[in-house]
Amino acid sequence: MRGGRFIAGAVLFGLFAGLALLSFLWTPHSVEAMDIPAKLQGPSAAHWLGTDHFGRDILSMVMVGARTSIAVAIVAVGIGMGFGVPLGLAAAAYAGGWIDEIIMRGNDLAFAFPALVIAILITAVFGPSAVNAILAIGIFNIPVFARITRGGALPLWRREFILAARVAGKGRARISAEHILPNIAALLIVQGTIQFSLGILAEAALSYVGLGAQPPVPSWGRMLADAQTLVALAPHVALIPGFAIVLTVLGLNLLGDGLRDALDPRLRVVRA
Amino acid sequence: MGGGARPTMMRYLLRRTAILIASLAVASVLIFAVIEIVPGDPATTMLGINARPDTVAALREELGLGRSAPVRYLDWVGGMLRGDFGTSYTYRTPVAGMIADRLWVSLPLALIALALSTAIAFPAGIYAAARRGRAGDAGVTLATQAGIAVPNFWFAMILVLVFSINLGWFGAGGFPGWGAGPWPALKALVLPAVALALPQAAILTRVMRSALIETLGEDYIRTARAKGLTRGQAIRRHALRNALIPVLTILGLQFAFLLAGGIIIEQVFYLPGLGRLIFQAISARDLIVVESVVMLLVFAVILVNFLVDLAYAAVDPRLRAR
Repeated sequence: MRGGRFIAGAVLFGLFAGLALLSFLWTPHSVEAMDIPAKLQGPSAAHWLGTDHFGRDILSMVMVGARTSIAVAIVAVGIGMGFGVPLGLAAAAYAGGWIDEIIMRGNDLAFAFPALVIAILITAVFGPSAVNAILAIGIFNIPVFARITRGGALPLWRREFILAARVAGKGRARISAEHILPNIAALLIVQGTIQFSLGILAEAALSYVGLGAQPPVPSWGRMLADAQTLVALAPHVALIPGFAIVLTVLGLNLLGDGLRDALDPRLRVVRA
Repeated sequence: MGGGARPTMMRYLLRRTAILIASLAVASVLIFAVIEIVPGDPATTMLGINARPDTVAALREELGLGRSAPVRYLDWVGGMLRGDFGTSYTYRTPVAGMIADRLWVSLPLALIALALSTAIAFPAGIYAAARRGRAGDAGVTLATQAGIAVPNFWFAMILVLVFSINLGWFGAGGFPGWGAGPWPALKALVLPAVALALPQAAILTRVMRSALIETLGEDYIRTARAKGLTRGQAIRRHALRNALIPVLTILGLQFAFLLAGGIIIEQVFYLPGLGRLIFQAISARDLIVVESVVMLLVFAVILVNFLVDLAYAAVDPRLRAR
């Protein structure tokens, strides 16, 4: 049952990651090729998942859209880890000190902001683009990783092997990098998959309201926005990108759960 | 409760209020700063590049752009404290009034969604916890996994497809206004509220389930069972009450999320709420409206978190220590 979840998650996510990679080399049709006479067709031999309102091939757009979603989410998780993990390590290394206090109060504040509203504010002010969407999502990953890192690192500082390292004369920064980080890697990987899936949902929402990737770059959220007025005419145009999002996110969540069970069943993960 | 509890609660209240005020101050500075660093001159941004220079100059004068940023910030915050949110440039009406109108859509929407997600999550979570490890539990867990993975705006589109277009039970969008009577207005909010509530219900179900499972492992539950209570009786009389504490916290956070999350759902159903106001203001470059609505939403979230913390501390004295 447990291994089953991991495998199901790996297969689902692997499918869409594979499609995204394949889209760099090959797509059934060009995503920019419009064919108005062939618009809003259902699935056929020529277009396996049908065509949209411009006659573009939906399978090809889903493939390139996977690329957009996954790329945005990966970079956003990277930003969150890149800044959040060192902050969390520093907070734990100097627990109770002013560094810890500043980092944790800043964290409380970031958690209090409705992330979506701020993402909308950022993209509204700096203009809608995939890069600004990444930044807006990434910034909100920083406090998540800072908190989970600090929480994982704190109890380790009271362990004997850390004491031994301190007696050996290693500094706090070096201990954090050499001894603390490897011991919380599992925790960070599991949290990473969750933030990854939340990033894909956030990117879809931002693109849906027109604040994410801009035309002609295909993205799942914008495919849904385009499909909204066509839902009565051609339901498949609205259903397919949605299923792509659901299956990818579900795959990542199952993968995260499976990894957690495999790595350490006692891991506590924040869902924010 | 002894006499010692009162000063502790008082101190906690003061400390928490100080944090509330500090959070609001920092939040307002951040929002002001983001609007402030808009590339280019705000007046030109709002009017577009083809505006006549004298029009731009008049708007600069109206916005008080000649004054320094700190003065304008204090002006903005001072105004909001007096209930004056400025005047919308595009609509030429006070922003406070526009916000009040839109709240009559957004607030009921969030409340209905909150009620729905609670009505789904409580029974589902209790059921799963009581049948832990069995088929019923696995079913609920699977459903929550799916619920968390569904984007609410896509779920909204499917609801429209099924219940508006195919079955014709509800309109596909729009809002008749409360003036037309409560029933048509409520009917227009049903599908949006369901769309908003479903992913939240999935999260809340998981919290309810794990909180209850945790309490079920406590010694006092074993004692209760040893006394001869059935599993169901032990859950109803002892476990549920204790499991509710973490659930209520999440519930409070969810209300804030629902208010903000409604932004996207309002777009799907063309509801004239705060979300549509923000997007209309963004496309009209009406920065005064954007700034004030964002501040109001952040204020609501911070305030709800504050109230939840207080309620939490009132229920559980151990929490006042931190």
